[in-house]
Amino acid sequence: MPLLWPLLLSAALFGVGVYGVLARRNAVLALMGVELMLNAANLNLVAFDVWFRDVLVSGQVFTLFIIALAAAEIGLGLAIVLRLFRAYGHVDVDRVGGDPS
Amino acid sequence: MSVVEVLFWLLSCLALGSAVLVVTTDHLVHAALWLVVTLGALAGCYLLLTAEFVAWVQVLIYVGAVVVLLLFALMLTRAPTAPDAATTTRNQPVAILAGVATTAVLGVVLVDGFRGAEIDVDGAPSGAADSIGDAIFRHWVLAFEVVSVVLLAALVGAIVLSRRDAAELSGTYGPGAQHVPDKSPEGDG
Repeated sequence: MPLLWPLLLSAALFGVGVYGVLARRNAVLALMGVELMLNAANLNLVAFDVWFRDVLVSGQVFTLFIIALAAAEIGLGLAIVLRLFRAYGHVDVDRVGGDPS
Repeated sequence: MSVVEVLFWLLSCLALGSAVLVVTTDHLVHAALWLVVTLGALAGCYLLLTAEFVAWVQVLIYVGAVVVLLLFALMLTRAPTAPDAATTTRNQPVAILAGVATTAVLGVVLVDGFRGAEIDVDGAPSGAADSIGDAIFRHWVLAFEVVSVVLLAALVGAIVLSRRDAAELSGTYGPGAQHVPDKSPEGDG
């Protein structure tokens, strides 16, 4: 299999994730864009690891660490979103900022 | 084309198509469900790339835990289940430009750098659980321990962020206070 296939797939997924983060109005959906970008990076790491045949399997181990960090990130991000919802009554990223009252 | 290559093509199209639906659909809950399809297709890609253990971790953590957390967040923030007319900000043209530009730059660089490189997926698989476990607990132990501390810190941070303090519980905190469903003065704050 050409190495380019997974790499181009990850590039396209990353672009879709960038669009999602920038264009989505709901904060939870913006976080989904972040997840897409993290997955694009993971696919890159796995593809290069399999290509190199690394004896330390560093690419795949790093992917596992990124998955763990993504779980931590999503937990914190959703706590912030809930905090936002409690302060403003909505999670529209265009209408937050400034004094909640 | 071999079977692996055909399967990889199909899974790529599935992942990309559902990823586009994740960021464009008007149903907020459907976005989370399309994310399941994207992540599942990516797990299939990992399997085809012989990264077996990573594929199962992807299914367990991402599809199993992260998407459920996202659905919980959508429910807790009273996301409308009907189609939402205004799902994008007014930055949408800029966002499309940024997304396309990112993909184009990455694509050009990758094609220029790795044209002709081949992955040997028929050789000995490299990502079985025993070799990954061996590598983590032999060579990457320090990173593993650091990740565990980071997870603990994130857990504590999430609890601190989402607990209600006394001012909120007495109902004098912000206009959103009336949206709190179970606002009881003897709560856990």
